[in-house]
Amino acid sequence: MSEKLGFWRTYLFSTDHKTIAKQYFTLGLLWAIVGGLTAYLMRWQLAFPDTEVPGWGFIAPDFYNMLVTMHGTILVFFVAMPILLATFGNFLIPLMIGARDMAFPRLNMLSFWVFALASLVLLISFFVPGGAASAGWTGYPPLSAKADYTGVGWGINLWILALALEFISFLMGGINFLTTTINLRAPGMTFFRLPLIIWMQITAAVLFMLSVGPLIAGAVMLLMDRTLGTTFYLPEGGGEPLLWQHLFWFFGHPEVYVILLPGLGMVLETMPAFSRKPIFGYRPIIYSTIAAGILSFIVWAHHQFISGMDPRLAMPFSITTIIISVPFALIVFAMIATLWRASIHFSTPMLFALGTLSVFILGGLTGIFNGSAPIDIYIHDTYFVVAHFHYTLFSATFFAGFAGITYWFPKMFGRMMNETLGKIHFWLTFIFFNATFIPMHFVGLGGMMRRIANPMEYEFLKSLQPVNEFITVCAILLLISQIPFVVNFLWSMIRGSVAERNPWQANTLEWSAPSPPPHGNFETIPVVYRSPYEYSSPEATEDWLPQDRPLTPSAAARQ
Amino acid sequence: MNSTAETITATGIPSGKIGVWWFLASEITVFGGFIASYIVVRLGSSGWSEAAAHLNFSLALVNTFVLLTSSLTMVLAFAAVEGGNRKRLRTYLWLTILLGLTFLAIKAFEYGGEIAAGFTPGAGIFWSFYYGMTGLHALHVLGGVVVNLILLFATLRGLLKPNEHRVELAGLYWHFVDIVWIFLFPLLYLT
Repeated sequence: MSEKLGFWRTYLFSTDHKTIAKQYFTLGLLWAIVGGLTAYLMRWQLAFPDTEVPGWGFIAPDFYNMLVTMHGTILVFFVAMPILLATFGNFLIPLMIGARDMAFPRLNMLSFWVFALASLVLLISFFVPGGAASAGWTGYPPLSAKADYTGVGWGINLWILALALEFISFLMGGINFLTTTINLRAPGMTFFRLPLIIWMQITAAVLFMLSVGPLIAGAVMLLMDRTLGTTFYLPEGGGEPLLWQHLFWFFGHPEVYVILLPGLGMVLETMPAFSRKPIFGYRPIIYSTIAAGILSFIVWAHHQFISGMDPRLAMPFSITTIIISVPFALIVFAMIATLWRASIHFSTPMLFALGTLSVFILGGLTGIFNGSAPIDIYIHDTYFVVAHFHYTLFSATFFAGFAGITYWFPKMFGRMMNETLGKIHFWLTFIFFNATFIPMHFVGLGGMMRRIANPMEYEFLKSLQPVNEFITVCAILLLISQIPFVVNFLWSMIRGSVAERNPWQANTLEWSAPSPPPHGNFETIPVVYRSPYEYSSPEATEDWLPQDRPLTPSAAARQ
Repeated sequence: MNSTAETITATGIPSGKIGVWWFLASEITVFGGFIASYIVVRLGSSGWSEAAAHLNFSLALVNTFVLLTSSLTMVLAFAAVEGGNRKRLRTYLWLTILLGLTFLAIKAFEYGGEIAAGFTPGAGIFWSFYYGMTGLHALHVLGGVVVNLILLFATLRGLLKPNEHRVELAGLYWHFVDIVWIFLFPLLYLT
C-alpha cells in the first residue's frame, strides 16, 4: 500500500478502483459533451429546418440520420453506462462493503481500457468515408444489414465493433461487481446490511450479463450479414428482419433498468442522509428490485407492437409491462414515505434526488400509455415516446447522476462543492428540462414522428412548428444550464474547501474512510454492526449511527 | 494487500471460481440466444433439412469424439494438479491443446469442402446459421487453446505454482465449450 507508484501506474494504468471510477467518469463526461452537441444540432434543424446552424453549418438529411443514431448510442452506451454503472459501481462497491479494492483489480483496469478502445472505435467511425452509423441507435435491419440501404459502409461496421467492445468491457465489469460483492464484504456486512445502491448495482450487473448474450449473438449475425454475405436478416435470402428486433429488445429492455436501477440507488442513498430518517421499507425495496429485474426479461416485445409480429403477442406483453410498474411504484412510494415528516435538508444532492423522483414519476406514468398496445399503436414512433424515455432516462442519468456526483464529490476528491452554484445548476436544469420535454408529449400526440429531419415537409405538422421552436430554445438553455456544473466541478476540485471524512454525517462505510480514501481505502477493515440507514436512532446521542460504530463494548463483543 | 485471490473471502469460495461461473452464465446466453434464434427461424420456414444433408456428418462425428476426449484430458490435467504431479499436468495440457487444434483443423477442412461445393455463408439461411454458430464456437475453442497454452507456458517457467487453481477454472471454460458443441452437433448435423 505504501509503495510509491509512478505516474503511469497512478493515473493511467491504475488498478485502484477509485482511479478507474474517475477514468470512466472523465470519458463519460467527454462523451456527454459530444452527445449534447448532437442534441443541439438536431434541435436546431427541427425548429429552423434547413437554415445554417450557428457554429456549424447546414445539416443534410443523411447527416441528420447520423445525428439521431449517434445521439442515442452515445447517451445510452457511452454516457449513462460508464457514469451510472462503471463510475459509481467502481467507486462505491469496495468502499461501501468495506473492501480494499475490487476482487479482480487488473481485470478492472482491463475493462476500462477495453471501454476506452470502444470509445476510440466509435470516434473513428465519425471520420471514415460514408460517415458514422445512421440506421438508428436500435440498428434495425434490413436497413442496417446492407451498406447499400444507408450508404454507410464502415460507419456501421465500426458501430457494431464499438458496441461489441463496450459489451465485453461491461461484462468484465459485471463479473467484478458481482464477485466483489459476494466475496469481499467486511465482517458483519450481511446481504441485508448492504446499502441499497449496492443491491441496485449488482441487480443491474446481473440483468446486463444475462440479457446481453443474445444481442452479442445478434450483433455477430449483423456483422456477418454486412461483411460475409450471410442472410440472417435479409428476407431475399430466407432471413428474418424481426429476429433482430427480438434479440435487440430482449437486451434493450433490461438495459433500461441497468441504467435506471443505479440511478434509483443514488436517490435512495441521498434521501435518508438528508431526511435524517431511516429509509422506508428497506427489504421491500430489495424484493421489488429483484422482482422488476426478473420481469424485465419478459416485457421486451412492447417495443414491437407495430413491427408486424404476431398480434396475439401484444396482450401478454402489455400485461407484463403493466405488472412491472408495480415494483417501481413500490420503490417510489418508499421514497415518498421516507420523506414523510422528515427534517429535510435541501442541499444540492437532495434537490437532485427530489428532482429525479418527480421527473421519474411522470416518465413512469407515460410508460403505462406506451406499454398498452391499444394506445401504443397510435403513439408509437412519435415524439410522445421520445418525451417518455427522456423523462425516465434523463432523470436516471442526469438528475440521479448529479445527485450522486454532488453527494460523493467530497469522498472522491476530498473537497466540497459550492452549494450556491449547485443550486443554481439544479433549478436551471429542472426548469429547462421540463420546458423542453413536456411540450414534446403534445408534439407527439399531434402526430410528429421520431427521426424526421424536417417537420415542415408535412402539412399536418406545420401548426406544431411554434412548439418545436419553443422546445429548441429550451433545449439550448438546458445545455447552457450545465455550465455552472462544469465550473463548480472543476473549480471545487482545485479550490473547494477541504472535506472532512463524513461531511453529510451519513452512516454507510465509505464515510469512515479518509476523504479521498488512499490506495487500500481503510486504515483497518471496518466491522459492521447494523443496517445502513439508522438515522435519528434513539440508541445514539447524535442523529446518525454509522454502520461500523459499536454502541457498547458488549455489543461489539457479541459480533 | 497484494491480491485477493488468496485472501479469506466472505463465502469461502475462491473469487476466481465465482468470476468464471458468472462469465459462463453470460456465455450461456450468447449461445442460448443463437440457438434459440436458429430454432425459431427454422420452425418458421422450410428447406433446411435438404441443406443440412450436404454437411459432412462423418467428419463432424470424428470431431465430436476429439472434443469429448479433450474434455477428458482436461479433467486429467486438473487431477494432476490435485495430485501435485507437474509432469502429468504438462502432458495432459499438451494433449488438450493438441486435441483442440485437431478439432479446429478438421473444422477448417470441413469449411473448405463446403465452400468448394458452393455452400458459402451466403448460400442460404441454413448456411448463415451453420457458419455463424460453428464459427463462433470455433473462436471459443481457439480461445480455450490460447488459455491452455498460457497455463502450459506458466508451468514450464514454474510460474503457475501459487495459482494452480487456474487449471480448474480453465477446465470449467473448456467443458462449457465442449457442451456447446454437444448442442450444435445434433441441431445442425442430425436434423
